[in-house]
Amino acid sequence: MKPANLASAGFVLVSLTLLVVAALPFFVQSDYFIAYTINVLQYGVLATAWTLFSGPTRYISLATTAFFGIGAYTVAVLSEALPWAAVLGVAGVIGVVLALIVGLSTLRLSGVHFVIFTFGLAELIRQLVTWYEVNITRVIGRYIFLDITQRQIYWQLLVLLALALFTGWLIKRSRLGLALRVIGEDELVARHLGINTTRAKVMLFVISSTFMTLVGAVMAPRWTYIDPTIVFNPIVSFQVLIMSLLGGVGHLLGPLAGVIPLTALFEVLSARFPNHFSILLGTAFLVIVYLVPNGVVEALCKWLRPRRGEKKLEAPV
Amino acid sequence: MTLLKVQNLRKSFGGLRAVDGLSFQVAQGEVMGLLGPNGSGKTTAMNLISGALRADSGSVLLGADQLVGLPSYKITRLGVARTFQLVRVLGGMTCSENVQAGMAFRRDHSFGQAAQKEALQLLELVGLRHLADTPAGDMTYIDQKRLELARALALKPRLLLLDEWLAGLNPTELQVGIELIRSLRASGLTIILVEHVMDAVRALCDRCVVMLAGAKLAEGPTEQVLSQQDVISAYLGVPYA
Repeated sequence: MKPANLASAGFVLVSLTLLVVAALPFFVQSDYFIAYTINVLQYGVLATAWTLFSGPTRYISLATTAFFGIGAYTVAVLSEALPWAAVLGVAGVIGVVLALIVGLSTLRLSGVHFVIFTFGLAELIRQLVTWYEVNITRVIGRYIFLDITQRQIYWQLLVLLALALFTGWLIKRSRLGLALRVIGEDELVARHLGINTTRAKVMLFVISSTFMTLVGAVMAPRWTYIDPTIVFNPIVSFQVLIMSLLGGVGHLLGPLAGVIPLTALFEVLSARFPNHFSILLGTAFLVIVYLVPNGVVEALCKWLRPRRGEKKLEAPV
Repeated sequence: MTLLKVQNLRKSFGGLRAVDGLSFQVAQGEVMGLLGPNGSGKTTAMNLISGALRADSGSVLLGADQLVGLPSYKITRLGVARTFQLVRVLGGMTCSENVQAGMAFRRDHSFGQAAQKEALQLLELVGLRHLADTPAGDMTYIDQKRLELARALALKPRLLLLDEWLAGLNPTELQVGIELIRSLRASGLTIILVEHVMDAVRALCDRCVVMLAGAKLAEGPTEQVLSQQDVISAYLGVPYA
């Protein structure tokens, strides 16, 4: 089969799978199933969005939780003032603006500096929100009373996942996608091929971060109470990173291949070993980076492909 | 007609004046050699023209466009393409993709099916047609150099900067390389050649500029410049002059 046919076959397959998942709540009554799948979908969108930017450019971002938390807080502040669609719209706009500011000021950094900055950014925003709540509103923590059911959250996340995958699919076939691959390979060469590297990186960072913000907004009604430590949890950034790496950042569906098993693993770990969760999470990190540095999808492709031109990729960190 | 006009170009790194008031001109269709001992500022001059480094002062005019102060992607789109002294291919991408990357962002960009066809023609030109689907990182050094040239040509440049592109080739490959550059000149391309291989300089360059310690030491027709006393002593030391 030609690659073009293969891609469209994949497109149909993915669309069908999404439709089946969308229909599941009509047939499965179990609330546990819905809750668990929401978790999978949430990380599915986050990891797919993360990979949109970090996969091709190899800029490792730990700011996932910053955007996620901003989305959730937007809902907490505005949910009683505006209709739901408008709240989501505002959250999206805030995500875009914040990503633009962060992108324009940090994407000139490279390698480890960028990683540390994004991690610091998430902490900074958490501290700022805390400071604001303590000093201005004088209450830390907010309640969200919205008439949104688990199933509605499920479908909203599914729509976001479909949009994220479709966006990724479009980008891969566009000049922007090629530009990002060249940037990931060699940024200096990219500039000497006529690529406006800053613009390409900022565009992708904005797209990726907007999805993360929207996930935070959609998830917010699930908790009735939120405070900065809940929604700006740095563990989320690390989990998204490790899920994407396990799945593989070279393929659009790679992150999902990491999200599905790891959500199950983390679910078991946090239920059975709540006190040792961080240690076990760290161990999972190490094992994954050592054993499948390029992700399971890449490893699988390599194993299936006849071995010609053996090539070693360096780990993206 | 003058295509490139460099005037009083300066660049310092701390206390080191790498390029110190360099001026020269390159005519349309000319192949100019930029010579000088190691450390004389040739590569820095190339980096200033291509925008990889920002000049402290001076001017670089390509036709009517001022290049100093522009980011390199804009300079590239104005028609300056280059190769790198230490070869830089996009290792994770195939030969054909490397060349297509050069086509997708130039002024009259081409992308997709049309680009694929054009990429194969360019690979044919540099003798890499049979490796079109090979990852660039798997190729030999020589083939990577050829690929880099094909990628630079994919930009459809008005001015091509070759930074020691012929270095490290064996005598047979050198002849092929010289023929290739000669054919580019015949097609009307303007080229600046930074080179230590004197056979190639003699065979290809109409005119040469010799640099020493960041400044211009000599300029003129190739044979004349290469037999000049101060040029010989700059390269080999005073006793040989």
